[in-house]
Amino acid sequence: MRLTRRTLIAGSATLAAPAVVRAQSGTSQSEPIRIGEINSYTAVPAFTLPYRQGWQLAVEQVNAAGGVLGRKLEVISRDDAGRPQDAVRIAGELVGEQKVDLLAGGFLSNVGLAISDFALQNRRLYVASEPLTDALVWEKGHRYCFRLRPSTYMQAAMLVGDAAKLKAKRWVSVAPNYEYGTSTVKWFKQLLAQQQPDATFVTEQLPALGRIDAGATVAALEAAKPEAILNVTFGPDLTNFVRQGNTRGLFEGRSVVSVLTGEPEYLDPLGDETPAGWLVTGYPVDSVTDPANSAFIAAYQAKFNETPKMGSVVGHALISSIVAGLLRAGGTATEALCDALPGASFDTPFGRAMWRAIDHQSTLGTYVGRTALKGGHGTMVDWRYVDGADALPSNDVVRKLRPA
Amino acid sequence: MDAFLIQLLTGLAGASSLFLVAAGLTVIFGVTRVVNFSHGSLFMLGAYIAWSVLTRLPREPGWHVAGVLTAALATAGIGVLLEMTLLRRIYRAPELLQLLATFGVVLMVQDLALLIWGPDDLPLPRPPWLRGFVRIAEQQFPLYDLVLIAIAPLVLGALWLGFTRTRWGTLVRAATQDRDMLAALGVDQRLLFTSVFALGAGLAGLGGALALPDGSANLQMDMAVITDAFVVVVVGGMGSLPGAYLAALLIALLQTFGIVLLPKATLVLMFVVMALVLAVRPHGLLGRVQVPTRGEAHAYALIRPATPALCALGAVVLALALAAPLLVGPFWLSVLTEALVAMLFAASLHAMMGPGGMINFGHAAWFGIGAYAAALAARGLSMPMPVGLFLGPLLAGLVALAFGWFVVRLSGIYLAMLTLAFAQIVWAVVFQSETTGGDNGVLGVWPDAWAHDPRVFYLLALLLCVGGTLALRRVLFSPFGYALRAARDAPERAEAIGLFPARLRMAAFCLAGTAAGLAGAVGAYSKGSVFPSTISIGRSVDALLMVLLGGVQTMAGPVVGALAYTGLYDVLIRATDLWRLALGAAIVVLVLAFPQGIAGAAQHVTGDDAT
Repeated sequence: MRLTRRTLIAGSATLAAPAVVRAQSGTSQSEPIRIGEINSYTAVPAFTLPYRQGWQLAVEQVNAAGGVLGRKLEVISRDDAGRPQDAVRIAGELVGEQKVDLLAGGFLSNVGLAISDFALQNRRLYVASEPLTDALVWEKGHRYCFRLRPSTYMQAAMLVGDAAKLKAKRWVSVAPNYEYGTSTVKWFKQLLAQQQPDATFVTEQLPALGRIDAGATVAALEAAKPEAILNVTFGPDLTNFVRQGNTRGLFEGRSVVSVLTGEPEYLDPLGDETPAGWLVTGYPVDSVTDPANSAFIAAYQAKFNETPKMGSVVGHALISSIVAGLLRAGGTATEALCDALPGASFDTPFGRAMWRAIDHQSTLGTYVGRTALKGGHGTMVDWRYVDGADALPSNDVVRKLRPA
Repeated sequence: MDAFLIQLLTGLAGASSLFLVAAGLTVIFGVTRVVNFSHGSLFMLGAYIAWSVLTRLPREPGWHVAGVLTAALATAGIGVLLEMTLLRRIYRAPELLQLLATFGVVLMVQDLALLIWGPDDLPLPRPPWLRGFVRIAEQQFPLYDLVLIAIAPLVLGALWLGFTRTRWGTLVRAATQDRDMLAALGVDQRLLFTSVFALGAGLAGLGGALALPDGSANLQMDMAVITDAFVVVVVGGMGSLPGAYLAALLIALLQTFGIVLLPKATLVLMFVVMALVLAVRPHGLLGRVQVPTRGEAHAYALIRPATPALCALGAVVLALALAAPLLVGPFWLSVLTEALVAMLFAASLHAMMGPGGMINFGHAAWFGIGAYAAALAARGLSMPMPVGLFLGPLLAGLVALAFGWFVVRLSGIYLAMLTLAFAQIVWAVVFQSETTGGDNGVLGVWPDAWAHDPRVFYLLALLLCVGGTLALRRVLFSPFGYALRAARDAPERAEAIGLFPARLRMAAFCLAGTAAGLAGAVGAYSKGSVFPSTISIGRSVDALLMVLLGGVQTMAGPVVGALAYTGLYDVLIRATDLWRLALGAAIVVLVLAFPQGIAGAAQHVTGDDAT
């Protein structure tokens, strides 16, 4: 079953590849609108393959409804192999050879920044789907770059209110040793200090990404005798960390705040070892019942025969957010698009969101809740949707953070 | 004190895991001298196969052990297949070609595992007995970790008995010392080597299967494991099993206690340990001086100036390259610029590896230092581009000079691993420093206004990269180049006629660093940004692949290799989702077809053995 599904995806991606010969001067009305999409499909398949299915579904839906501005939508997708340098070359190919109207995609923060810098240099629109780094819209933000997902700041801000209510004084953190990890911990500490000045972080563990020495990490955290734990690890590191933590009793009688852990791609592998009661951001795909989510989940299941993951939602919302800009601009000219996107609102599986004018961050939010074990699987309970707009700093702060 | 005891036991369990990861690699290297880059892939396959087997078996301890052993046996079987179809054909090929071949296997296994098992992490559900713990010093300590602590010494003991107390072990040890004599005595070496490779692969699979209950089978395992395994093997001394265990103990204990004091050190601690150990003991903790095995020594062909035909071919290619801005658009110019940068990068590594005889696993360090120097000059100091292009190679050369002092005293694989350690340390510094922008890199490193036109920048890159490559070539044909090759082929005789091998090697090291720095600086301006990934192990491996693909012992090798590799990569990554499978297969086919490298094979065909 697996094999045939993979083969199908591979096949459909090949079919989506553009024809080599293309009319250069034909009427633009008959030509599809081309989105050049770049992502780490081979480097981070657990997140990016559901993401690809998400945008494939969205493109199919848009085209079935007659396309955009009377034209079909076409996505030309490339793998960046997780290397920013390759992403820049591919961006050049998409713009120069494939004549795409705009660029999109990116999972790793540095890949996103590399494409963003290319976009600035070449005056092309780049809609970043997944990179979480704040630099993308703040320190290094610019006219041509927009970012969809809630950033590291927003993830921290969504959790910090409930975290402060824990009234824990001794905190420890564990985060992967790179930008996403260190930046999330930095914001969380800063925001927690504002609400609860007596909270201190007694140790901050930074295992190398994908290579956590879980036993040693858990022992180091245990030795610090914390009251609460902030976890930022995900993927295989998280599985190893949770297993060692469970066996060694690290989580017993302690509160844990955990970023991204409620996302199905990271929660599912925990299986029956999912620790209960962790405060997490994520996507309770098995218990959302609102019309937007339900319609999306039903369509996704019908097409791919599996439940969507967080990546699927991001991929789907990416297309909607671009379509909103295209409709508002009434065309595909880059400058018109960059004028039209700020303030444009769009529907996502999570509800309505918009592109902020002040920093080009979308207001797509995420769910905050607690982990629980149900029938041998991890799930989210007591969840609520937090709109991205409510997890961002005030406009004055944003203006200081974003020089451009 | 209680925390100390727990951490000590944790460190011991970590040491066992590390040893199990490394044991197979050191067994294979010790006997066959194959640097098996696919060791991590075998580990990953072991974990995946164990997952497939164990999830279908009853979850009692007895069944679990049976499942783990089945996975190890299955991986050993894959090892046999690998040895018989691929490695057996290239034992006599130039050194390190096996590294190229096994790297092709790594790429193929990545895609095959994705196709077979899918993209999701596959955790093994743990039955209650695997979740058990004992109370030590009022804390919970996993029972499974205690089992691991016991397994490594058992495996070590079993291997020791096998190698010293059985007829098979005696023959294997004989093969490591004198293959020709063993063959003369009528022993079938092929069977012997196949069995050793099966053992090594089986140990890798066992390591993967034993690691499974602590986490999941996932597609990142192979790369996470391979560097650990290499470091442990080298620190212990290549081929020494007790050394590997000692090294695993040292690293795991330092890691366990180190992260309490210095949490940020996780990226680099292992490599610092390796650098320090190699500085004190150039052959690892328990390694012996490597004597060339009889029956495997190579006589290098003399390198002579290019024939008129080759010169003419070069001139035609250069003329075409000069005309390129008139023929192709900006995108293809950027691809060509990238190929030019790769060419100089590969040529600089070749100068060290071929004529210099120094294998380098961390060549990206010089490329990266050059790139960062240029980028920081442009962004931090707002210098014009020519200054950046000058500072890049200068700084790379200076750092190479300082570092060369440590490196040139070593040889062979130890030298290679010390360069890797250094590259990882540079990488970690760049990754965590504010000045270099950390993980987010340095952005906005675009050429000055006068070179902003892609055509102008392409011509500039052509000038610098072809100029640099030709200059390297010129140097290698100078008396210095001849002296360098003399020092490589016969250090004692070179010394006897008044040459200083250490100084010559140092100069070659510095020269290679400078040229790689220039490539890095040009690369930085062509991409517009620099990231720590320019110094990553993957980048160093790219350089090695290009040189090996072209042929180490030819002057045209790195040029041909760089163009072939970047061309293949660029075409395949855009053509298919399964580009890793296709690229890996292409590498394997090229290795089997041209064991001397593409340029080496071309020489053979034209009957011109002296280029």
